[in-house]
Amino acid sequence: MKKMSSCKHATELMSQKQDRKLTFKEQSWLITHLTLCHNCRRCNKQFELLEKACEQRREEFEKS
Amino acid sequence: MPAEPCQNCSQTEFEQRIDPLRPRLIAFAKLHLKFEADAEDAVQECLISAWKQLEKFAGKSSLETWVFGILRHKLIDLYRHHSKIRTFEYNESKLPDTDGWFQKDEHWHNEHAPSNWSSPYQTLENEHFWQVFDICVFHLPEQTSRVFTLREFMGFETAQICESLHISEHNCWTILHRARLRLRACLEQNWFTAEENRQ
Repeated sequence: MKKMSSCKHATELMSQKQDRKLTFKEQSWLITHLTLCHNCRRCNKQFELLEKACEQRREEFEKS
Repeated sequence: MPAEPCQNCSQTEFEQRIDPLRPRLIAFAKLHLKFEADAEDAVQECLISAWKQLEKFAGKSSLETWVFGILRHKLIDLYRHHSKIRTFEYNESKLPDTDGWFQKDEHWHNEHAPSNWSSPYQTLENEHFWQVFDICVFHLPEQTSRVFTLREFMGFETAQICESLHISEHNCWTILHRARLRLRACLEQNWFTAEENRQ
């Protein structure tokens, strides 16, 4: 398991959770890190916002 | 921003309206197709098809999004038929470097740590936002940009991307991670904290 202080690892998990289901261990690790880390909470929110934006845009692509 | 359907546009008006979009269309097609001429043809076909179908366009999305969507559809189709698609070479040394954004102990470096984004939620339906977004994406190193657009523009699952490009899922996740970090930073600098967008 990665050191709890690794923001770099946290960003890897934040990214991968958009592409696959994280394991229970990874999820708990990430949640704990986010509780402790202000910068990563912000990054996580922004990643989620961009994911949502892209999803909305794909829906827009299908409309006419 | 209200969508302006351009239904009564003359061909010249339509072309004028679409002209600023053309570089993004070309960049998108070139990223995925083997030959530049095929990319230009794909864009040309997309514009002809848009012009012919303009009457059917009801303005439920912006004209630019709709036209971009026609090209997207065409590229997805070419991937399905493995036709005209570029081969892909995974080379880790050509990925964008984001390791330097973290300190030795893997905390964020202060100057690379995320900033607060001012009023992010109102911006997403804005064509100008997508202009900046696409420029950020197309300025990523080529293979990074390619994987990211397959995932987020075309909506491919990572398994489909791996199959199409013959790379491992691990490589795919590495590329997407770097792409998202870079894109986040690019949008922060050029949109979310840019002076002209502050309320």
